[in-house]
Amino acid sequence: MKEQEIFQHPSFFPGVTEEKEHPIKLYLFIWGLLFILSALSYFVDYINLEGLLRWFLITALALLKAGLIVSVFMHLAWERIALIYTILLPPILLLLMLAIFANDGNAINYLRSTFG
Amino acid sequence: MTMRVNMNTHSNSSLIKTHIQDLIVDWSSDVSTFKVRWSKAMMWIFLISDTFIFGTFLISYMAVRLTVIDPWPDTSQVFALHVGGTDVPLLLIAIMTFVLISSSGTMALAVNASQKKLRLRSGVLILLTAFGGLMFIGMQAFEWTKLIVDEGVRPWANAFGAQQFGSFFFMITGFHGLHVTIGVIYLSVIAKRVLQGRYDRLNDYQIVEVSGLYWHFVDLVWVFIFAFFYLW
Repeated sequence: MKEQEIFQHPSFFPGVTEEKEHPIKLYLFIWGLLFILSALSYFVDYINLEGLLRWFLITALALLKAGLIVSVFMHLAWERIALIYTILLPPILLLLMLAIFANDGNAINYLRSTFG
Repeated sequence: MTMRVNMNTHSNSSLIKTHIQDLIVDWSSDVSTFKVRWSKAMMWIFLISDTFIFGTFLISYMAVRLTVIDPWPDTSQVFALHVGGTDVPLLLIAIMTFVLISSSGTMALAVNASQKKLRLRSGVLILLTAFGGLMFIGMQAFEWTKLIVDEGVRPWANAFGAQQFGSFFFMITGFHGLHVTIGVIYLSVIAKRVLQGRYDRLNDYQIVEVSGLYWHFVDLVWVFIFAFFYLW
């Protein structure tokens, strides 16, 4: 790509919208999907599923909903890859924090139930 | 000077290769990295920081819930509503969830209308979104009142189980409710400006999409609060 073309990119021209438009049908479809997924996760509680299956379903349904909201409603699926990585990579650190504190929480629980 | 990488056409190379090429072009070409307007980039950066706030809230909730010896309060019982002689578990929370998702849907349609520069439709849809947010806050106020006044839940004490329950409930849902409240104010201002024709005069509706990002994020956070605080 020529240098000149880079400077012709819409981001250098405030006042010009560069967003792609999507058919309303797509949004209505995702909306419906979010309703169904929410109803399903409520149903998991309603029929009193317990244990591993309950936790798996709750987490899976939440992640699916989150993915739909971020990719379609927030248009991330159509952004350039540099922006996508900037947004999606840092939160991975939260998984590290989760692992550390799950370990810590279990250790404290062990101490309390053994010596408390 | 010419660069070998084409920014728009992705022919003749695999998806991964194209991604890496795109990444290198955007970070190395000595121009602005993100090919979006600054308003959108800044909103995303703010939302990343907010992700860490709510992420650490939920992780600290997990950590403390793991440490307690007393059983954690059964949320489907604590948040049950008495309807028609029976207790329906989590009914109010389910309705709140559907209201918030619906407001996210109307916001997506508002952004779509704004991209077509449909002033009236966009403005009305944003107002509808803000109204959904108001309904959500109203139901949350009802929920808090019921818990505090009728059931005596305090940040340091409750009758259902582990005493730490209250502090996490008030902190997490309170902070989310604050976000919804600020969002309602924010969207009301944007709706007013849309309907007054300010963005027609500027010939630029981008700010509607940016405010939409904030609103969808509020919905996104609720997805995780609903899953991990109310259902887990």
